[in-house]
Amino acid sequence: MAYSDKVVDHFNHPRNVGSMPKDDPSVGTGLVGAPECGDVMKLQVRVNPSTGVIDEATFKTFGCGSAIASSSLATEWLKGKTVDEALAIKNTDIVAELALPPVKVHCSVLAEDAIRAAIADFKKKQEAGQ
Amino acid sequence: MLKFPIYFDNHATTPVDPRVLDMMLPYFREHFGNAASRNHKYGWEAEEAVEIARKQIADLIGASAKEIVFTSGATESDNLAIRGAAYMYREKGDHIITAVTEHKAVIDTCKRLEKEGFRVTYLRVRKDGLIDLDHLREAVTDKTTLISIMTANNEIGVLQPIADIGAIARERGVLFHTDAVQAVGKVPFDVNAANVHMASLSAHKMYGPKGVGALYVRRRNPRVLLTPLIEGGGHERGMRSGTLNVPGIVGFGKAAELCRLEMAFDAAHTRVLRDRLNQKLHQNLGELYINGSMERRLPGSLNISFAYVEGESLLMGINDVAVSSGSACTSASLEPSYVLKALGTGDELAHSSIRFGIGRFNTEEEVDYVADKLVGVVRKLREMSPLYEMAKEGVDLSKMQWQTH
Repeated sequence: MAYSDKVVDHFNHPRNVGSMPKDDPSVGTGLVGAPECGDVMKLQVRVNPSTGVIDEATFKTFGCGSAIASSSLATEWLKGKTVDEALAIKNTDIVAELALPPVKVHCSVLAEDAIRAAIADFKKKQEAGQ
Repeated sequence: MLKFPIYFDNHATTPVDPRVLDMMLPYFREHFGNAASRNHKYGWEAEEAVEIARKQIADLIGASAKEIVFTSGATESDNLAIRGAAYMYREKGDHIITAVTEHKAVIDTCKRLEKEGFRVTYLRVRKDGLIDLDHLREAVTDKTTLISIMTANNEIGVLQPIADIGAIARERGVLFHTDAVQAVGKVPFDVNAANVHMASLSAHKMYGPKGVGALYVRRRNPRVLLTPLIEGGGHERGMRSGTLNVPGIVGFGKAAELCRLEMAFDAAHTRVLRDRLNQKLHQNLGELYINGSMERRLPGSLNISFAYVEGESLLMGINDVAVSSGSACTSASLEPSYVLKALGTGDELAHSSIRFGIGRFNTEEEVDYVADKLVGVVRKLREMSPLYEMAKEGVDLSKMQWQTH
Protein backbone atom coordinates (compact mmCIF):
# COMPACT_ATOMS: atom_id res chain seq x y z
CA MET A 1 0.00 0.00 0.00
CA ALA A 2 1.36 3.40 -0.88
CA TYR A 3 0.98 6.19 1.66
CA SER A 4 0.22 9.77 0.72
CA ASP A 5 3.06 12.26 1.12
CA LYS A 6 1.18 13.93 3.97
CA VAL A 7 0.81 10.68 5.90
CA VAL A 8 4.51 9.97 5.43
CA ASP A 9 5.39 13.50 6.56
CA HIS A 10 3.30 13.24 9.74
CA PHE A 11 4.69 9.78 10.42
CA ASN A 12 8.31 10.86 10.02
CA HIS A 13 7.83 14.22 11.74
CA PRO A 14 4.91 13.80 14.11
CA ARG A 15 3.67 17.10 15.57
CA ASN A 16 2.97 17.55 19.25
CA VAL A 17 3.93 14.13 20.55
CA GLY A 18 3.76 14.12 24.31
CA SER A 19 1.63 14.17 27.40
CA MET A 20 0.21 16.78 29.75
CA PRO A 21 -0.73 16.16 33.39
CA LYS A 22 -4.15 14.56 33.18
CA ASP A 23 -5.21 15.84 36.61
CA ASP A 24 -4.70 19.47 35.57
CA PRO A 25 -8.19 21.09 35.51
CA SER A 26 -7.39 22.91 32.26
CA VAL A 27 -6.39 19.69 30.49
CA GLY A 28 -8.88 17.37 28.79
CA THR A 29 -7.76 13.82 27.98
CA GLY A 30 -9.29 11.43 25.46
CA LEU A 31 -8.18 7.80 25.29
CA VAL A 32 -9.90 5.82 22.56
CA GLY A 33 -9.44 2.53 20.73
CA ALA A 34 -8.19 -0.81 22.02
CA PRO A 35 -4.89 -2.66 21.78
CA GLU A 36 -6.54 -5.80 20.40
CA CYS A 37 -7.95 -3.71 17.54
CA GLY A 38 -4.48 -2.39 16.76
CA ASP A 39 -5.23 1.28 17.49
CA VAL A 40 -5.11 3.31 20.71
CA MET A 41 -5.04 7.11 20.65
CA LYS A 42 -4.45 9.41 23.57
CA LEU A 43 -5.19 13.02 22.72
CA GLN A 44 -4.97 15.92 25.16
CA VAL A 45 -5.97 19.57 24.96
CA ARG A 46 -5.13 22.44 27.30
CA VAL A 47 -7.79 25.09 27.25
CA ASN A 48 -7.12 28.67 28.30
CA PRO A 49 -9.79 29.28 30.95
CA SER A 50 -10.18 32.98 30.20
CA THR A 51 -10.50 32.72 26.42
CA GLY A 52 -11.85 29.18 25.95
CA VAL A 53 -9.22 28.65 23.26
CA ILE A 54 -7.11 25.47 23.00
CA ASP A 55 -3.56 26.70 23.38
CA GLU A 56 -1.90 23.31 23.52
CA ALA A 57 -2.67 19.87 22.09
CA THR A 58 -0.64 16.66 22.37
CA PHE A 59 -1.02 13.04 21.36
CA LYS A 60 0.38 9.59 21.74
CA THR A 61 -0.79 6.85 19.39
CA PHE A 62 -0.34 3.10 19.11
CA GLY A 63 -1.40 2.28 15.61
CA CYS A 64 -0.55 2.23 11.95
CA GLY A 65 1.02 5.12 10.08
CA SER A 66 -2.37 6.52 9.13
CA ALA A 67 -3.53 6.47 12.76
CA ILE A 68 -0.38 8.31 13.84
CA ALA A 69 -0.81 10.84 11.02
CA SER A 70 -4.52 11.36 11.83
CA SER A 71 -3.81 12.16 15.46
CA SER A 72 -0.79 14.30 14.63
CA LEU A 73 -2.88 16.32 12.19
CA ALA A 74 -5.70 16.62 14.75
CA THR A 75 -3.36 18.23 17.30
CA GLU A 76 -2.20 20.72 14.68
CA TRP A 77 -5.76 21.67 13.85
CA LEU A 78 -6.87 21.90 17.47
CA LYS A 79 -4.38 24.54 18.49
CA GLY A 80 -5.92 28.01 18.39
CA LYS A 81 -9.48 26.73 18.06
CA THR A 82 -12.21 27.28 20.63
CA VAL A 83 -13.78 24.21 22.16
CA ASP A 84 -16.85 24.59 19.95
CA GLU A 85 -14.76 25.03 16.82
CA ALA A 86 -12.80 21.90 17.77
CA LEU A 87 -16.00 19.90 17.97
CA ALA A 88 -16.75 20.89 14.38
CA ILE A 89 -13.72 18.92 13.10
CA LYS A 90 -15.05 15.92 11.18
CA ASN A 91 -13.29 12.70 10.35
CA THR A 92 -14.02 13.35 6.68
CA ASP A 93 -11.87 16.51 6.91
CA ILE A 94 -8.98 14.33 8.08
CA VAL A 95 -9.62 11.77 5.32
CA ALA A 96 -9.53 14.54 2.72
CA GLU A 97 -6.43 16.27 4.10
CA LEU A 98 -4.39 13.04 4.40
CA ALA A 99 -5.88 11.34 1.31
CA LEU A 100 -6.65 8.24 3.36
CA PRO A 101 -7.79 5.17 1.41
CA PRO A 102 -11.13 3.54 2.41
CA VAL A 103 -9.39 0.84 4.46
CA LYS A 104 -7.88 3.59 6.65
CA VAL A 105 -11.02 5.67 7.23
CA HIS A 106 -11.37 4.11 10.68
CA CYS A 107 -8.15 5.91 11.69
CA SER A 108 -9.81 9.27 11.05
CA VAL A 109 -12.94 8.16 12.92
CA LEU A 110 -10.76 7.31 15.89
CA ALA A 111 -9.11 10.74 15.75
CA GLU A 112 -12.50 12.45 15.77
CA ASP A 113 -13.54 10.25 18.70
CA ALA A 114 -10.34 11.25 20.51
CA ILE A 115 -11.04 14.96 20.01
CA ARG A 116 -14.58 14.57 21.34
CA ALA A 117 -13.41 12.49 24.29
CA ALA A 118 -10.72 15.02 25.22
CA ILE A 119 -13.16 17.94 25.11
CA ALA A 120 -15.82 16.00 27.00
CA ASP A 121 -13.24 15.30 29.70
CA PHE A 122 -12.31 18.98 29.87
CA LYS A 123 -15.96 20.03 30.11
CA LYS A 124 -16.61 17.48 32.84
CA LYS A 125 -13.73 18.91 34.86
CA GLN A 126 -15.06 22.45 34.35
CA GLU A 127 -18.51 21.46 35.59
CA ALA A 128 -17.04 19.63 38.57
CA GLY A 129 -14.94 22.68 39.42
CA GLN A 130 -17.88 25.12 39.43
CA MET B 1 27.67 -2.20 -0.25
CA LEU B 2 24.09 -2.55 0.90
CA LYS B 3 21.43 -2.80 -1.74
CA PHE B 4 17.99 -1.42 -0.82
CA PRO B 5 15.39 -2.45 0.04
CA ILE B 6 17.03 -5.22 2.02
CA TYR B 7 15.13 -8.46 1.41
CA PHE B 8 14.28 -10.29 4.64
CA ASP B 9 11.05 -11.87 3.42
CA ASN B 10 12.33 -15.24 2.24
CA HIS B 11 9.25 -17.04 3.58
CA ALA B 12 7.16 -15.22 0.99
CA THR B 13 9.46 -16.03 -1.88
CA THR B 14 13.16 -16.41 -2.56
CA PRO B 15 15.17 -14.84 -5.38
CA VAL B 16 16.05 -17.21 -8.21
CA ASP B 17 19.61 -18.44 -7.80
CA PRO B 18 21.62 -17.30 -10.86
CA ARG B 19 22.79 -20.90 -11.35
CA VAL B 20 19.12 -21.91 -11.60
CA LEU B 21 18.32 -19.23 -14.13
CA ASP B 22 21.30 -20.25 -16.29
CA MET B 23 19.93 -23.79 -16.44
CA MET B 24 16.47 -22.56 -17.42
CA LEU B 25 17.28 -20.17 -20.24
CA PRO B 26 18.03 -22.76 -22.97
CA TYR B 27 14.58 -24.25 -22.36
CA PHE B 28 12.99 -20.97 -23.37
CA ARG B 29 15.23 -20.58 -26.39
CA GLU B 30 16.49 -23.61 -28.33
CA HIS B 31 14.96 -26.47 -26.30
CA PHE B 32 11.40 -25.20 -26.29
CA GLY B 33 9.78 -28.57 -26.99
CA ASN B 34 6.71 -30.06 -25.36
CA ALA B 35 7.77 -32.86 -23.05
CA ALA B 36 4.79 -34.88 -24.26
CA SER B 37 5.86 -34.75 -27.94
CA ARG B 38 7.08 -38.26 -28.61
CA ASN B 39 7.99 -37.95 -32.30
CA HIS B 40 10.88 -35.50 -32.51
CA LYS B 41 14.03 -34.27 -30.90
CA TYR B 42 12.42 -31.17 -29.37
CA GLY B 43 10.05 -33.33 -27.40
CA TRP B 44 12.72 -35.83 -26.41
CA GLU B 45 15.04 -33.12 -25.13
CA ALA B 46 12.26 -31.58 -23.07
CA GLU B 47 11.23 -34.94 -21.66
CA GLU B 48 14.80 -35.82 -20.77
CA ALA B 49 15.25 -32.50 -18.98
CA VAL B 50 12.03 -33.02 -17.04
CA GLU B 51 13.12 -36.49 -15.96
CA ILE B 52 16.49 -35.19 -14.75
CA ALA B 53 14.68 -32.55 -12.71
CA ARG B 54 12.25 -35.13 -11.34
CA LYS B 55 15.21 -37.15 -10.10
CA GLN B 56 16.90 -34.08 -8.59
CA ILE B 57 13.75 -33.23 -6.64
CA ALA B 58 13.18 -36.84 -5.57
CA ASP B 59 16.78 -37.06 -4.34
CA LEU B 60 16.28 -34.04 -2.11
CA ILE B 61 13.43 -35.72 -0.22
CA GLY B 62 14.47 -39.39 -0.33
CA ALA B 63 11.78 -40.32 -2.85
CA SER B 64 11.91 -42.08 -6.20
CA ALA B 65 11.52 -39.98 -9.35
CA LYS B 66 8.21 -41.62 -10.27
CA GLU B 67 6.67 -40.31 -7.06
CA ILE B 68 7.01 -36.66 -8.10
CA VAL B 69 3.93 -35.07 -9.72
CA PHE B 70 4.54 -31.60 -11.13
CA THR B 71 1.97 -28.87 -10.46
CA SER B 72 1.68 -25.10 -10.82
CA GLY B 73 2.76 -24.56 -7.22
CA ALA B 74 2.16 -25.62 -3.66
CA THR B 75 -1.40 -24.28 -3.48
CA GLU B 76 -2.34 -26.65 -6.27
CA SER B 77 -0.35 -29.44 -4.62
CA ASP B 78 -2.23 -28.94 -1.33
CA ASN B 79 -5.55 -28.94 -3.17
CA LEU B 80 -4.66 -32.06 -5.14
CA ALA B 81 -3.42 -33.94 -2.10
CA ILE B 82 -6.36 -33.17 0.16
CA ARG B 83 -9.25 -33.15 -2.27
CA GLY B 84 -7.71 -35.90 -4.39
CA ALA B 85 -7.35 -38.22 -1.39
CA ALA B 86 -10.68 -37.23 0.17
CA TYR B 87 -12.57 -38.07 -3.02
CA MET B 88 -10.57 -41.22 -3.78
CA TYR B 89 -11.05 -42.71 -0.31
CA ARG B 90 -14.57 -41.47 0.37
CA GLU B 91 -15.89 -45.01 0.57
CA LYS B 92 -13.48 -45.69 3.41
CA GLY B 93 -14.22 -42.59 5.44
CA ASP B 94 -15.16 -38.93 5.46
CA HIS B 95 -12.98 -37.48 8.21
CA ILE B 96 -9.87 -35.32 7.80
CA ILE B 97 -7.56 -33.95 10.50
CA THR B 98 -5.55 -30.76 10.11
CA ALA B 99 -4.42 -27.88 12.34
CA VAL B 100 -5.58 -24.31 12.86
CA THR B 101 -2.18 -22.89 11.90
CA GLU B 102 -2.03 -24.49 8.46
CA HIS B 103 -1.61 -22.43 5.32
CA LYS B 104 -4.82 -21.14 3.75
CA ALA B 105 -4.30 -23.51 0.84
CA VAL B 106 -4.94 -26.34 3.30
CA ILE B 107 -7.54 -24.65 5.55
CA ASP B 108 -9.68 -23.35 2.71
CA THR B 109 -9.51 -26.70 0.91
CA CYS B 110 -10.71 -28.42 4.08
CA LYS B 111 -13.50 -25.85 4.47
CA ARG B 112 -14.63 -26.56 0.95
CA LEU B 113 -14.71 -30.28 1.70
CA GLU B 114 -16.81 -29.60 4.81
CA LYS B 115 -19.38 -27.91 2.57
CA GLU B 116 -19.36 -31.08 0.47
CA GLY B 117 -20.20 -33.22 3.49
CA PHE B 118 -16.78 -34.20 4.82
CA ARG B 119 -15.93 -33.74 8.48
CA VAL B 120 -12.75 -31.91 9.46
CA THR B 121 -11.00 -31.66 12.84
CA TYR B 122 -8.81 -28.57 13.21
CA LEU B 123 -6.26 -29.33 15.92
CA ARG B 124 -5.29 -26.44 18.16
CA VAL B 125 -1.64 -25.72 18.78
CA ARG B 126 0.28 -25.14 21.99
CA LYS B 127 1.83 -21.82 22.89
CA ASP B 128 5.00 -22.86 21.06
CA GLY B 129 3.02 -23.39 17.85
CA LEU B 130 3.32 -27.18 17.81
CA ILE B 131 0.42 -29.60 17.80
CA ASP B 132 -0.10 -31.90 20.75
CA LEU B 133 0.42 -35.49 19.59
CA ASP B 134 -2.08 -36.76 22.17
CA HIS B 135 -4.73 -34.51 20.65
CA LEU B 136 -3.91 -36.00 17.27
CA ARG B 137 -4.17 -39.57 18.59
CA GLU B 138 -7.52 -38.78 20.19
CA ALA B 139 -8.82 -37.17 16.99
CA VAL B 140 -8.23 -40.18 14.74
CA THR B 141 -11.38 -42.26 14.22
CA ASP B 142 -12.12 -45.27 12.02
CA LYS B 143 -13.60 -42.81 9.52
CA THR B 144 -10.40 -40.76 9.28
CA THR B 145 -8.73 -41.03 5.88
CA LEU B 146 -6.24 -38.19 5.95
CA ILE B 147 -4.04 -36.15 8.29
CA SER B 148 -2.63 -32.94 6.81
CA ILE B 149 -0.07 -31.15 8.99
CA MET B 150 2.59 -28.83 7.64
CA THR B 151 6.28 -29.49 8.19
CA ALA B 152 7.30 -25.86 8.85
CA ASN B 153 4.95 -22.96 9.42
CA ASN B 154 5.12 -20.08 6.95
CA GLU B 155 4.55 -17.36 9.56
CA ILE B 156 6.41 -18.52 12.63
CA GLY B 157 8.78 -21.09 11.13
CA VAL B 158 8.14 -23.79 13.73
CA LEU B 159 8.81 -27.39 12.74
CA GLN B 160 6.01 -29.81 13.56
CA PRO B 161 6.98 -33.30 14.79
CA ILE B 162 6.25 -34.89 11.41
CA ALA B 163 8.06 -38.17 12.08
CA ASP B 164 5.82 -38.72 15.11
CA ILE B 165 2.74 -37.68 13.13
CA GLY B 166 3.79 -40.07 10.35
CA ALA B 167 4.18 -42.89 12.85
CA ILE B 168 0.69 -42.28 14.25
CA ALA B 169 -0.75 -42.16 10.73
CA ARG B 170 0.94 -45.42 9.80
CA GLU B 171 -0.17 -47.16 13.00
CA ARG B 172 -3.79 -46.12 12.42
CA GLY B 173 -3.81 -46.77 8.69
CA VAL B 174 -4.43 -43.12 7.78
CA LEU B 175 -2.77 -41.16 4.98
CA PHE B 176 -0.42 -38.36 6.00
CA HIS B 177 0.01 -35.29 3.81
CA THR B 178 2.42 -32.52 4.76
CA ASP B 179 2.77 -29.07 3.26
CA ALA B 180 6.57 -29.09 3.26
CA VAL B 181 7.01 -25.90 1.26
CA GLN B 182 8.94 -23.93 3.85
CA ALA B 183 11.03 -26.84 5.11
CA VAL B 184 12.26 -28.66 2.02
CA GLY B 185 15.66 -27.44 0.99
CA LYS B 186 16.21 -25.70 4.35
CA VAL B 187 16.24 -28.65 6.75
CA PRO B 188 16.64 -32.41 6.16
CA PHE B 189 13.37 -33.88 4.95
CA ASP B 190 12.97 -37.56 4.10
CA VAL B 191 9.64 -39.02 3.09
CA ASN B 192 10.55 -42.45 4.45
CA ALA B 193 12.02 -41.32 7.75
CA ALA B 194 8.86 -39.28 8.39
CA ASN B 195 6.36 -41.85 7.04
CA VAL B 196 4.95 -39.25 4.70
CA HIS B 197 2.44 -40.30 2.03
CA MET B 198 2.16 -36.96 0.26
CA ALA B 199 4.22 -33.78 0.46
CA SER B 200 3.67 -30.40 -1.21
CA LEU B 201 6.72 -28.61 -2.57
CA SER B 202 7.28 -25.25 -4.22
CA ALA B 203 10.21 -24.15 -6.36
CA HIS B 204 10.10 -20.46 -5.53
CA LYS B 205 10.64 -21.02 -1.81
CA MET B 206 13.98 -22.70 -2.54
CA TYR B 207 15.61 -20.29 -4.99
CA GLY B 208 13.76 -21.67 -8.00
CA PRO B 209 11.19 -19.98 -10.24
CA LYS B 210 7.57 -19.14 -9.43
CA GLY B 211 4.75 -21.04 -11.08
CA VAL B 212 6.04 -24.55 -10.51
CA GLY B 213 5.59 -26.95 -7.63
CA ALA B 214 5.26 -30.63 -7.01
CA LEU B 215 3.33 -33.15 -5.01
CA TYR B 216 5.19 -36.18 -3.76
CA VAL B 217 2.77 -39.12 -3.96
CA ARG B 218 3.94 -42.40 -2.40
CA ARG B 219 3.94 -45.37 -4.78
CA ARG B 220 4.58 -48.24 -2.38
CA ASN B 221 3.88 -49.08 1.28
CA PRO B 222 1.18 -48.07 0.51
CA ARG B 223 0.48 -46.99 -3.06
CA VAL B 224 -1.49 -43.74 -2.81
CA LEU B 225 -4.16 -43.01 -5.41
CA LEU B 226 -5.69 -39.60 -6.00
CA THR B 227 -8.71 -38.37 -7.88
CA PRO B 228 -7.33 -35.76 -10.29
CA LEU B 229 -8.63 -32.21 -10.10
CA ILE B 230 -7.50 -31.31 -13.62
CA GLU B 231 -8.42 -33.67 -16.44
CA GLY B 232 -6.85 -33.66 -19.87
CA GLY B 233 -4.05 -35.49 -21.56
CA GLY B 234 -3.27 -37.83 -18.69
CA HIS B 235 0.10 -36.28 -17.86
CA GLU B 236 1.84 -37.03 -14.55
CA ARG B 237 0.42 -40.54 -14.13
CA GLY B 238 -3.05 -39.13 -14.77
CA MET B 239 -2.98 -37.17 -11.54
CA ARG B 240 -2.35 -33.79 -13.11
CA SER B 241 -2.98 -33.20 -16.79
CA GLY B 242 -1.56 -30.22 -18.60
CA THR B 243 1.55 -29.46 -20.64
CA LEU B 244 4.55 -29.40 -18.37
CA ASN B 245 6.24 -26.10 -17.60
CA VAL B 246 9.59 -27.38 -18.85
CA PRO B 247 11.82 -24.34 -18.10
CA GLY B 248 10.22 -24.01 -14.66
CA ILE B 249 10.69 -27.70 -13.93
CA VAL B 250 14.33 -27.57 -15.07
CA GLY B 251 14.87 -24.64 -12.71
CA PHE B 252 13.06 -26.43 -9.89
CA GLY B 253 15.33 -29.46 -10.38
CA LYS B 254 18.49 -27.38 -10.31
CA ALA B 255 17.26 -25.49 -7.26
CA ALA B 256 16.59 -28.81 -5.51
CA GLU B 257 20.04 -30.09 -6.39
CA LEU B 258 21.70 -26.94 -5.03
CA CYS B 259 19.67 -27.17 -1.83
CA ARG B 260 20.69 -30.80 -1.38
CA LEU B 261 24.38 -30.08 -1.93
CA GLU B 262 24.51 -26.82 0.03
CA MET B 263 21.92 -27.39 2.75
CA ALA B 264 24.42 -27.66 5.58
CA PHE B 265 26.16 -24.47 4.50
CA ASP B 266 22.91 -22.54 3.90
CA ALA B 267 21.44 -23.66 7.21
CA ALA B 268 24.54 -22.66 9.16
CA HIS B 269 24.72 -19.30 7.34
CA THR B 270 21.09 -18.39 7.90
CA ARG B 271 21.10 -19.62 11.49
CA VAL B 272 24.12 -17.49 12.36
CA LEU B 273 22.49 -14.41 10.80
CA ARG B 274 19.11 -15.09 12.41
CA ASP B 275 20.71 -15.52 15.83
CA ARG B 276 22.76 -12.37 15.34
CA LEU B 277 19.64 -10.38 14.53
CA ASN B 278 17.78 -11.84 17.50
CA GLN B 279 20.67 -11.15 19.85
CA LYS B 280 21.14 -7.55 18.69
CA LEU B 281 17.46 -6.81 19.13
CA HIS B 282 17.38 -8.35 22.60
CA GLN B 283 20.51 -6.50 23.67
CA ASN B 284 18.98 -3.15 22.79
CA LEU B 285 15.27 -3.52 23.38
CA GLY B 286 13.12 -4.89 26.17
CA GLU B 287 9.73 -6.56 25.97
CA LEU B 288 10.27 -8.57 22.84
CA TYR B 289 8.29 -11.76 22.47
CA ILE B 290 9.34 -14.52 20.12
CA ASN B 291 6.36 -16.18 18.49
CA GLY B 292 6.69 -19.96 18.31
CA SER B 293 9.27 -22.40 19.53
CA MET B 294 12.85 -21.15 19.22
CA GLU B 295 14.23 -24.71 19.47
CA ARG B 296 12.10 -26.31 16.76
CA ARG B 297 12.35 -23.71 14.04
CA LEU B 298 13.68 -23.16 10.53
CA PRO B 299 17.22 -21.79 10.64
CA GLY B 300 16.51 -18.46 8.87
CA SER B 301 13.20 -17.75 10.55
CA LEU B 302 12.34 -15.31 13.31
CA ASN B 303 8.96 -13.91 14.31
CA ILE B 304 9.01 -11.27 17.04
CA SER B 305 6.37 -9.12 18.66
CA PHE B 306 7.56 -5.68 19.74
CA ALA B 307 5.25 -4.83 22.64
CA TYR B 308 3.48 -1.43 22.59
CA VAL B 309 4.28 -0.84 18.91
CA GLU B 310 1.89 -1.57 16.06
CA GLY B 311 3.32 -3.68 13.26
CA GLU B 312 2.38 -1.59 10.28
CA SER B 313 3.90 1.53 11.78
CA LEU B 314 7.05 -0.52 12.39
CA LEU B 315 7.13 -1.55 8.74
CA MET B 316 6.63 2.08 7.74
CA GLY B 317 9.55 3.07 9.92
CA ILE B 318 11.83 0.51 8.28
CA ASN B 319 10.59 1.07 4.76
CA ASP B 320 13.97 0.19 3.25
CA VAL B 321 13.63 -3.34 4.62
CA ALA B 322 11.27 -5.90 3.08
CA VAL B 323 9.60 -7.95 5.84
CA SER B 324 6.04 -8.97 6.76
CA SER B 325 3.84 -8.26 9.74
CA GLY B 326 1.01 -10.16 11.34
CA SER B 327 -0.68 -6.83 11.94
CA ALA B 328 -4.24 -6.48 10.71
CA CYS B 329 -3.43 -3.18 9.10
CA THR B 330 -1.22 -4.93 6.58
CA SER B 331 -3.97 -7.28 5.48
CA ALA B 332 -7.19 -6.53 3.67
CA SER B 333 -9.29 -8.32 6.29
CA LEU B 334 -8.38 -6.03 9.23
CA GLU B 335 -7.90 -9.21 11.26
CA PRO B 336 -4.51 -9.94 12.78
CA SER B 337 -2.71 -13.13 11.83
CA TYR B 338 -4.78 -16.24 12.64
CA VAL B 339 -1.55 -18.14 13.23
CA LEU B 340 -0.38 -15.77 15.96
CA LYS B 341 -3.87 -15.67 17.49
CA ALA B 342 -3.80 -19.47 17.64
CA LEU B 343 -0.71 -19.31 19.87
CA GLY B 344 -2.82 -17.51 22.46
CA THR B 345 -0.42 -14.59 22.75
CA GLY B 346 -3.21 -12.03 22.50
CA ASP B 347 -4.34 -9.87 19.65
CA GLU B 348 -2.25 -6.88 20.69
CA LEU B 349 0.97 -8.87 20.32
CA ALA B 350 -0.23 -10.25 17.00
CA HIS B 351 -0.63 -6.63 15.88
CA SER B 352 2.95 -5.95 16.98
CA SER B 353 4.68 -8.79 15.14
CA ILE B 354 7.27 -8.88 12.41
CA ARG B 355 8.32 -11.95 10.46
CA PHE B 356 11.94 -12.08 9.38
CA GLY B 357 12.94 -14.63 6.76
CA ILE B 358 16.68 -14.73 6.23
CA GLY B 359 17.95 -16.55 3.17
CA ARG B 360 20.94 -17.75 1.23
CA PHE B 361 21.83 -14.34 -0.17
CA ASN B 362 21.56 -12.24 2.98
CA THR B 363 24.67 -10.89 4.69
CA GLU B 364 25.90 -9.95 8.14
CA GLU B 365 26.09 -6.32 7.04
CA GLU B 366 22.37 -6.43 6.20
CA VAL B 367 21.54 -7.93 9.59
CA ASP B 368 23.45 -5.18 11.37
CA TYR B 369 21.71 -2.48 9.36
CA VAL B 370 18.25 -3.94 9.97
CA ALA B 371 18.89 -4.44 13.69
CA ASP B 372 20.14 -0.88 14.18
CA LYS B 373 17.32 0.61 12.18
CA LEU B 374 14.69 -1.42 14.04
CA VAL B 375 16.05 -0.51 17.44
CA GLY B 376 15.80 3.17 16.56
CA VAL B 377 12.30 2.90 15.14
CA VAL B 378 10.96 0.80 18.02
CA ARG B 379 12.34 3.31 20.55
CA LYS B 380 10.81 6.22 18.65
CA LEU B 381 7.42 4.52 18.31
CA ARG B 382 7.39 3.48 21.94
CA GLU B 383 7.96 7.09 22.95
CA MET B 384 4.90 7.83 20.84
CA SER B 385 2.86 4.94 22.26
CA PRO B 386 0.24 5.57 24.94
CA LEU B 387 0.45 1.88 25.87
CA TYR B 388 4.16 2.15 26.62
CA GLU B 389 3.55 5.23 28.74
CA MET B 390 0.77 3.51 30.68
CA ALA B 391 2.83 0.37 31.20
CA LYS B 392 5.70 2.49 32.56
CA GLU B 393 3.23 4.17 34.95
CA GLY B 394 2.33 0.73 36.22
CA VAL B 395 -1.09 0.46 34.57
CA ASP B 396 -2.08 -3.15 33.91
CA LEU B 397 -3.13 -2.91 30.27
CA SER B 398 -4.95 -6.22 30.38
CA LYS B 399 -7.27 -4.90 33.10
CA MET B 400 -8.13 -1.64 31.31
CA GLN B 401 -11.64 -1.08 30.05
CA TRP B 402 -10.96 -0.27 26.42
CA GLN B 403 -13.40 1.52 24.26
CA THR B 404 -13.56 -0.82 21.28
CA HIS B 405 -14.88 0.54 18.05
